[in-house]
Parts: sequence; structure tokens; C-alpha cells
Amino acid sequence: MTAPHVVLTDVTRVHGEGETAVTALDAVSLQIHPGELVAVMGPSGSGKSTLLNVAGGLDRPTSGTVSIGGQELGSLGPRDLARLRRRRMGFVFQDYNLIPSLTAAENVALPLELDGTRARLARRHARHTLDLMDLMELSDRYPDQMSGGQQQRVAIARALVGSRRFVLADEPTGALDSHTGEEVLRVLRERCDDGVAGLLVTHEARHAAWADRVVFLRDGRVVDSTGGADRAEDLLVAGDPR
Amino acid sequence: MSVRLGLMALLSEGDSYGARLRAEFEERTGGTWPLNVGQVYTTLERLVRDGLVEQAGEADDEGRISYRLTAAGHAELATWWTTPVDRTSTPRDELTIKLALAVTTPGVDVHRVVQGQRTSTLKHLRDLTRLKRDALDRSEGPAERATAEASAATEAERGLAWLLVLENLVFAAEAEVRWLDHVESVLARHAARRGRAGRPPVPSAPAPGASAGVGPARTEGNPS
Repeated sequence: MTAPHVVLTDVTRVHGEGETAVTALDAVSLQIHPGELVAVMGPSGSGKSTLLNVAGGLDRPTSGTVSIGGQELGSLGPRDLARLRRRRMGFVFQDYNLIPSLTAAENVALPLELDGTRARLARRHARHTLDLMDLMELSDRYPDQMSGGQQQRVAIARALVGSRRFVLADEPTGALDSHTGEEVLRVLRERCDDGVAGLLVTHEARHAAWADRVVFLRDGRVVDSTGGADRAEDLLVAGDPR
Repeated sequence: MSVRLGLMALLSEGDSYGARLRAEFEERTGGTWPLNVGQVYTTLERLVRDGLVEQAGEADDEGRISYRLTAAGHAELATWWTTPVDRTSTPRDELTIKLALAVTTPGVDVHRVVQGQRTSTLKHLRDLTRLKRDALDRSEGPAERATAEASAATEAERGLAWLLVLENLVFAAEAEVRWLDHVESVLARHAARRGRAGRPPVPSAPAPGASAGVGPARTEGNPS
């Protein structure tokens, strides 16, 4: 089996200090291999978004380590961390976050251009990604000329343009109807089947079911984890009652 | 599931014999509720006895006897389509009973029961989703031409029927996961209330401030 692309080891994140300190994540360990989509579920306040932010380098753990593609994030300064985020990972949010004055192809090319790639080459990469995802017909459309589902698919293309192999999606179907939401998940699933590592935060079991594994958080701890393998120990990860 | 009315629905499309009815029933429902051929013939015999179905001529060269729906059968089927399925009688559900007993039986780790079940149900949901994905991929592929053996339902309609059966199972699994999550939250709140109230040792004497409707606190197995 290939080495995991994403490795979180004993990650704890505490917000605040002293009596007001809140433990958002408590000794969470998680690995995501290339080609694997992992869903994170749990009630509000269970630490889902904190986990996504820490895994994506948007937030630093209080203790524990996060490594992406063999690079430990804690060893990087802000500038290098930002570069790694731009080059190695992409984010998909509930509200798409496409830039209204740019076409789909320009939106997808943007992360590469921001990273210094020449515009012409960036556009070529963007069109290649859109083509790969059967979205070429949208390439010249502006966000207001696309449906929510189309915008979200373009946002996934933007998250994965170039050489980025890790996509983090925070409730990507939250603003979509059930059918369109499933279409978006199929796209995400297909990208992972092609070798991308994916982390999906969702509160809906039917969406988590598109993942290879589901990690269930409660109070910042992993209480359930459906393993790809059916080993008993996979069923009982940190399964002590609280 | 009414095998009787299912077979009558298939016969309303035209005469058919037992083995074909069985295959047709399973294909339309994705094999989710398999029938054995004996069950089909027993049901057909009862339908003939009740005057809802009759033999359509003699046996063919291979000894197969075809059946057709009578006028009374058509009328009963029409009533079925227009009458809602009765949901007032609660079917016995093993998980509900298990949890109800787990909560009230000393020494049972209810959280473990919930977590184990949720893991299992989420896996089931994942498997169903894979089947659904396959079904969707097939439905978007080139349509296959219906063979001469096929009944009036087209391949596309069969695919749709299977997809709807799958989605019913997806909704049921999803509802179960939500309910299990709810059970955990309720147990956590209940435990917190008991903690604040100083855990009364005598179940029949609830602590002041313990809210009504939760029932006597009998679980000893899993203090939070």
C-alpha cells in the first residue's frame, strides 16, 4: 500500500487559556492515503471544522503533528506554509467562493496565477482540469451564469488544479438540493478514485457514505471510525464511553 | 411485503408462469426481497382458490402453466394501488428493543451499543451508496435494447425501480444513524442532569430538579 498522504498524529487543539480553555480536538490521529476519501461527522461543536482547519494548515495544533505529503507543517514558517497550501491542497466551501468577475476557467486558473504561474500556462492547466471533470462547457461562463451545483463543481476543479493532491471540503453540499449535492459528491469521489486524498466534513450520513471511511467526532475525540477493513479494532477506535 | 399483490401486479401486464414471475419480481425490486419458486406457486394456488387469478390455457411444451388475472383480481389490485400501506401497527424492530433494554438493564454499556451500531449502519450506508453509484452510472450509460423475453417495463424503468428501492434503504439507514446520534445526545443530557442532581441512590426518589418524562434512573452501567 502507498504511504499515507496526510498524517495527523495525536493532534490536540485548545482554544483559549485557563478556566475558559476549550479543547476543540483531543488527541486525534488520522491518516488519509492517496485515492482515499475520509468523511468527518459529528454534532455541532464536536471539532469537525477545527480538524479540517488543522489538517489544511489554516490552524496550528496546540500539540501533535500534521504532515502533508511527507512535509511536517509545524516545521514551516508562515510563508512556507502558505506556499505549501497553495501548491499541495485545495479547499472547497459551502458557498463556492468563486470570484464573480472571472469566468470558470479564470477562477480555476487563479490559484496557479497567484503562485506565479504565467497566465497562459495557468489557463491551459485550468482547461485541462475542467476537461478532466467534464466541465468544459462551463469554462467561459461567469458564476452568475451557473447553477449552484455547477459552481461547486468548478470550485472542486479550482481546488485540484495543477499538482494539488489533497482536497478539503467543508459541508460542500450544504447549500445544494439533495440531487445536486449528490452530483457534487460524485465528482469529489471520482477525483479521489483518480488518486487524490480527500477530507470531507459533513453532518449528513448519506453524504458521508460516499467516503471510504467515516470518522465520527464527539467533544473533539474520535468515538467511531468505520475502517475500510472490517477488523474489530477498527470498530473500536477510542471507543471508550464518555 | 405482500407477495400476493406483487404477483398480481406483474400479472396485470400479461399472462405469465411461476418461474418468470419470480425472476420478474426480483429484478424489479433489485433482489432485495428474494422469493423462492415454491412460495410463488403456493401463492398462485391461493390466488386461484380465491378467484383472483386463473390458469391461462394448458401447459406449454415445457410443462409451464401460465396464469392470468381475473376481473376480481384486477379490482383487488386497483384497490391496492389506491389504498395507503398501513403504518399504524408498529413492526417489531430489534435495534429499538435492544436499546430500550440496554438503557434499563444494569451493567450494559449503552454507549458501546450505540457506537457499534452506528459504525455498522454507516458501513451499510456506504455499501448502499456504492450500489447506488453503480446504478446511476448504468442509468446514464447507453440504453440497452429490451429483449423479446422482457416484459412491458423498459430497461430504463427497471433501473429506476431498483434505484428507488436502493434510495428507500439509504433513507432508512440515514434515519437510523440520526436516531442513534439523538440517543447519544439524550443519554449525555440525562447523565449530566443526574450528575448535577447528585445521583440519587434510590430510583423511586428522584432528586429535586430532575425533569419529568425521563423516567426512573435505573441505569448503573455507564456513568459519564
